[in-house]
Amino acid sequence: MDQTVNERIRREVTENDVVLFMKGTPVFPQCGFSAAVVQVLSHMGVKFKGIDVLVDPSLRQGIKDFANWPTIPQLYVKGEFVGGCDIIREMYESGELQELFKEKGVAVPA
Amino acid sequence: MAMDAGEIERLIRESIPDAKVRIDDLRGDGDHYAAYIESSAFAGKSRVQQHQMVYAALQGRMGNELHALALTTAAPKG
Repeated sequence: MDQTVNERIRREVTENDVVLFMKGTPVFPQCGFSAAVVQVLSHMGVKFKGIDVLVDPSLRQGIKDFANWPTIPQLYVKGEFVGGCDIIREMYESGELQELFKEKGVAVPA
Repeated sequence: MAMDAGEIERLIRESIPDAKVRIDDLRGDGDHYAAYIESSAFAGKSRVQQHQMVYAALQGRMGNELHALALTTAAPKG
């Protein structure tokens, strides 16, 4: 894997509590799966950094290698890969996502 | 490029032999599937690890030929 891309991903997920690698931006998601995760996070009122992989092909591939995960979106909380769209949706519905944010010390106002 | 539901099921069973697999063609277009997979192989594993096992079974097709496969995995209860 490209070391520069790897470094950048590592920096993004360490320096930001909640990071979503997605297609499009939080305001204009370019894919239904990315949109669904944005919707969950926004609904919970969680602050997150959205990173658009569509503007950078090396990042789009790099993030798949980073997590050994073939699809986008990917959610990271405090440096840890939590999952893609299906997992986030399932965790949100079961209340586990709220628990996870609480455990990790991420503010969930809603 | 789309994938046949039977082919998805076959690949999963090949790699996770005891798996109970149900595949729904969400839009009837052969391109948007939901898969429900239950296997004792998932016991004690995180959701991420469980999904990674399924992705491994699909041998690189996920994210390529298979754009839309909604996954739900579980270990048998009880």
